[in-house]
Amino acid sequence: MGRLKSTIIIAFPFYLLSLVARRRICYFITIIILSIFSENMGIQKTYEEINEKIRAGKAVVLTAEEVSQMALTASPEEIAEKVDVVTTATFGAMCSSGAFINFGHASPPIRMEKIRLNGVPVYEGLAAVDSYIGATACDPENPKYGGAHVIQDLIDGKDIELEAWGKGTDCYPRKYIKTVINKNTVNEIFLFNPRNAYQNYNVAVNSTPQIKYTYMGSLLPNMRNATYSTSGELSPLLNDPELRTIGLGTRIFLGGTQGFVVWPGTQFNTSKPKNEFGVPVSNSATLAVIGNLKEMSSEFIQAAYYEKYGVSMFVGIGIPIPVLDAEIAKRVSIRNEQIETTVLDYGVEGSPALGRVNYAQLRSGKIEVQGKKVRTAPVSSLSKARKIADILKKQIQEGKFEITKPVQMFPTNTSLQVLKEVKGGES
Amino acid sequence: MRKKRYILKFPPQSGDKPLSYHLVRDYDIRINILKAEVRPGKTGSLVLELEGTKENLKLGIQYLEDNQVSCEPLDKKIHWKQERCINCGNCTAVCFTGALVMDPKNWELKFDPDKCIVCELCVPACPLNLFAIDFRE
Ligand code: SF4
Ligand code: SF4
Repeated sequence: MGRLKSTIIIAFPFYLLSLVARRRICYFITIIILSIFSENMGIQKTYEEINEKIRAGKAVVLTAEEVSQMALTASPEEIAEKVDVVTTATFGAMCSSGAFINFGHASPPIRMEKIRLNGVPVYEGLAAVDSYIGATACDPENPKYGGAHVIQDLIDGKDIELEAWGKGTDCYPRKYIKTVINKNTVNEIFLFNPRNAYQNYNVAVNSTPQIKYTYMGSLLPNMRNATYSTSGELSPLLNDPELRTIGLGTRIFLGGTQGFVVWPGTQFNTSKPKNEFGVPVSNSATLAVIGNLKEMSSEFIQAAYYEKYGVSMFVGIGIPIPVLDAEIAKRVSIRNEQIETTVLDYGVEGSPALGRVNYAQLRSGKIEVQGKKVRTAPVSSLSKARKIADILKKQIQEGKFEITKPVQMFPTNTSLQVLKEVKGGES
Repeated sequence: MRKKRYILKFPPQSGDKPLSYHLVRDYDIRINILKAEVRPGKTGSLVLELEGTKENLKLGIQYLEDNQVSCEPLDKKIHWKQERCINCGNCTAVCFTGALVMDPKNWELKFDPDKCIVCELCVPACPLNLFAIDFRE
């Protein structure tokens, strides 16, 4: 900023002179000073320039944690000059996940109108042999094995029992089939997660005298613990809060293979309050992502069951952020103490907010909520997230993973609707 | 000398007797309190590790039971299937003894069986179901 000020101080008198004295020469001097300034200040890189470096094996890649350390001694301009790509990652439970699958046609063929995979109900309203396995789906009789477990078993190459029923039609005469499938017997299986990689997430506590079992873990009574979920300064959307580089078509690490961002995730919300560092202080933007399940690894996709809540799925996501300019360099340099989130009381209806804390405090093991010291625990895996960020870094360094310029950017003015209850049938 | 863990349950009125004093003085038993939940005027529970000779431990337990304190030996152990652990941290949220903690350097789970009092809260808390109760000594 110092350079900006001095440039303006030098350039301004010449500009005034050019107006008052109408001397062309003064006008030209102004232009020259400004152009020298912008050349020094504004390092600008394009996606293609960075990819050329990646292909040549010359790209400088750091993880988001490493660049945050670097920023303690380097300015955003210096970082923009030296660093090409910053890798971010997260490994947390993401309930809004699932996989499309095509079973192939049997002979005689069946129009599957009710489908079970290892007893788990999967979607039946999608042509004859297409389906969607929702991660949280389960048979109420067997609530601990759900869609996420089917997905993980498929990834692991295990055999799955397929049972399907149809009414029988002229072109699909069969009414019932029971067989065994695995990832090699079916046509396509691709993960399509409508809402992943939440930009920030709240902290959960429980002020009531009873333990509460939630997707944020077991919340002990009387605020005896607090749980938090994101990977903080390593988390993808916290490193690009305005989504300047992440959009439709962005290539990402997904579940152990390369996947893509295909849409703003559901409940995509850009209207949440932000703090002085430009980071939203509660859950806001999200991503819809896609990737080939046949290439994934259960090291980065893990089925989960939460007591008295249900099934969910841990999803490993890594997103490279190209350092196109100093502004992006500044954003990826964000540190845990600069990222704040809201503490919500999950014990009380409507989950009222009880305060605000930052990720440095959360990681220290203790936070203060309304004057009370509360022990903290993470519920997403930072060690896995670090592993993903490192793998992605290595792949980019070795020229195996190129960055993508989004085909289209995401909206910047969205907020959430709530489900209103209107009387059925009346208008 | 032997070390053994017990869960003690107190009736509401036992609070005024110096039970631990007698254990130490009369039976030469060393006491390590692992967990205490004592509410005045109500039943309380204690998890203790007692250290003494076999004979003295037996007499000490007898003495407690004579004073309406129930003593159950804690023979159970928690078994953690470490190889499948994803280090999410969910179990550390409920473990109050500090037996399960995240290593603040590499954020991997550390389990210290010596601190575990087999409260079993971690069993339902792990989303991968990696804790089992082991009944063998
Ligand atoms: S049983 Fe589990 S939660 Fe309880 S003390 Fe032992 S390790 Fe901690
Ligand atoms: S909850 Fe289970 S998976 Fe998570 S850290 Fe504890 S043992 Fe590991």
